[in-house]
Amino acid sequence: MTAVADSPETGPSRTAKGAVFDRGFEYLCFAAATLLLTALGGLIISLAIGGWPAFAKFGPAFFVTSTWDPVGEVYGASGAIVGTLVSSALALVFALPLAMGVAIFLVELCPVPLRRPIGTAVELLAGIPSIVYGMWGLFVFAPWFAKHIQLPIMGAAPPGSLWETITTGIPNGTGILAASAILAIMILPFIAATLRELLLTIPPAVRESAYGLGSTTFEVIRKVSLPYVRTGTVGAVMLGLGRALGETMAVTFIIGNSHGFPTSIFASGSTIASTIANEFAEATSDMHTAALIALGLVLFIITFAVLALARLLIGREAYK
Amino acid sequence: MFRTFAAAVGVALVAGAATLAQAATMTGAGATFPAPVYSKWAETYKGSTGNALNYQAIGSGGGIKQIEAGTVDFGASDKPLKPEDLEKNGLMQFPTVMGGVVPVMNLEGFKPGQIKLTGTQLADIYRGLIKKWNDPLLVLTNKGVAMPNLPITVVHRSDGSGTSFLFTSYLSMKAPHWAADVGASDSVNWPVGLGGKGNDGVAALVKQTPGAIGYVEYAYAKQNNLTYALMQNKVGKFVAPTAGAFAAAAAGADWTKAPGFYLLLLDQPGANAWPITGATFILMHKQQANPAAGAEVLKFFDWAYKTGDATAVSLDYVPLPAPVKALVRKAWVAQIKSADGKVVYASK
Repeated sequence: MTAVADSPETGPSRTAKGAVFDRGFEYLCFAAATLLLTALGGLIISLAIGGWPAFAKFGPAFFVTSTWDPVGEVYGASGAIVGTLVSSALALVFALPLAMGVAIFLVELCPVPLRRPIGTAVELLAGIPSIVYGMWGLFVFAPWFAKHIQLPIMGAAPPGSLWETITTGIPNGTGILAASAILAIMILPFIAATLRELLLTIPPAVRESAYGLGSTTFEVIRKVSLPYVRTGTVGAVMLGLGRALGETMAVTFIIGNSHGFPTSIFASGSTIASTIANEFAEATSDMHTAALIALGLVLFIITFAVLALARLLIGREAYK
Repeated sequence: MFRTFAAAVGVALVAGAATLAQAATMTGAGATFPAPVYSKWAETYKGSTGNALNYQAIGSGGGIKQIEAGTVDFGASDKPLKPEDLEKNGLMQFPTVMGGVVPVMNLEGFKPGQIKLTGTQLADIYRGLIKKWNDPLLVLTNKGVAMPNLPITVVHRSDGSGTSFLFTSYLSMKAPHWAADVGASDSVNWPVGLGGKGNDGVAALVKQTPGAIGYVEYAYAKQNNLTYALMQNKVGKFVAPTAGAFAAAAAGADWTKAPGFYLLLLDQPGANAWPITGATFILMHKQQANPAAGAEVLKFFDWAYKTGDATAVSLDYVPLPAPVKALVRKAWVAQIKSADGKVVYASK
């Protein structure tokens, strides 16, 4: 695209008043942009200062030990860090295939009259407040999950096998896997909506040519559509992951909230966000507060790393 | 109530900005456990005097921090501060109402009060030492009851809570191993079990897990008809959690020997005393920078002592016995002073 026609230099001359206004507008936009950056910087610095006593006292042990003992003032965050990463990763494993199915169905296969209702329903899922997911998860989903998923899996495990080890737990439907399932439902609409938008960007000509060559629908999707949107898919996944990492209320309700290392997929665990939500209001000792703020910084860094990784992947793909 | 709350937050923001003494609006922040009764009292009080109370239920920890920073007229905590901590920050504290902690469980076919527990057994269960309901120790205590062969699932609070503080303090008192290895606090390093958020979170996990045991506030257990256990008290009697049993615990306690009202009503003597009882507390600065505001707060709580008992009972809190109230009034006169040493408020 070449834009020459109405460029300021060649257009009708601007009044002095207009120029002043323009300059003011520029500054305003600049201020808006830097304000956000400053706030971000300030946030990191205040988290670092607030968490410093914990980092200074425990050192690397803060990241690799899992004892969380507010009475003895010993804090190790590895249980919460692992809980956060595992529950988010599992959520992604459940959500991604489903989201792909939803998006592909809506764009490629769905009869036109159904397209709108299904699309709206998926978007509505994104609008449900997370505390509602939490309550529903604890009172409705957990009992169902225990009866129809957890008990059959636990019952089928041969005694003494690895399978049994990673599926031991209290059969009431709470724990890491149940939390992941709830998280998956929560991030599904974000991933599905992004994927749908991406699939819609494929020029019809590309797809039609593939059909013209005699491809089946499946072949078109697998060999043409999905490769075309690969870059954006990474972005969609990271968007979902970012949301899963920081999700608090729904997870707090259902993950079981025990500190320490989760040893099985049905074991109760904790995430960084759930630990902070649980304990911050009643944390009275300075070290307890510092440890929780330090946890906040760790979560910030993890989320930041995920986003940076996404940028990196997208960037590399884009320049290919 | 929600509207009052929203209004309270709004007004508190305005009041924080303007430090002028306005038409008597008291601000307080802290414990969530007594929040319903404080709001109810405030509503009635405003109706009769026109003076409003803005109470923000931000948690005991937050209440302590806010009063230390001097941003509110009073703080509220479920956990009494130790005399030395009070001294350090120039604070005094007094109890307002009492409540208790009740062990609840999910055992099919069992009625409330059918199972008896001792404090030591409760500690052993929460430690993971007693793993099944038909453990010989439990069978011995519950002679004549067919104890089920069912694993015990321990449920505790996941959020920091005065309820947990009271419960773990009791376990520390009854079992040396608990005191040494776990300790007592708002949140502890639980050796076993699941954490539920809030009373309702604990109750939900207990309901969904056959063989589970948990602990909730008395009001919550009563309103939801949960299956509670009888607890053995100091004189060896097994008692049920009733308002009378909490009052008996408070009556048996010797408040005169508790400096700064630092008293947990755990394991008190008295034939009918419930062993896991506790009061909730108000924190105020001893030296009032603004004596008029301090007087308003004391006037409010004095009014609540005189006329608020029925309200407290209707919300399943337990009012303080009269002698304790008298002691608190004496402490107000003795301890809360203006900058030039004058008594801020004396009850009439």
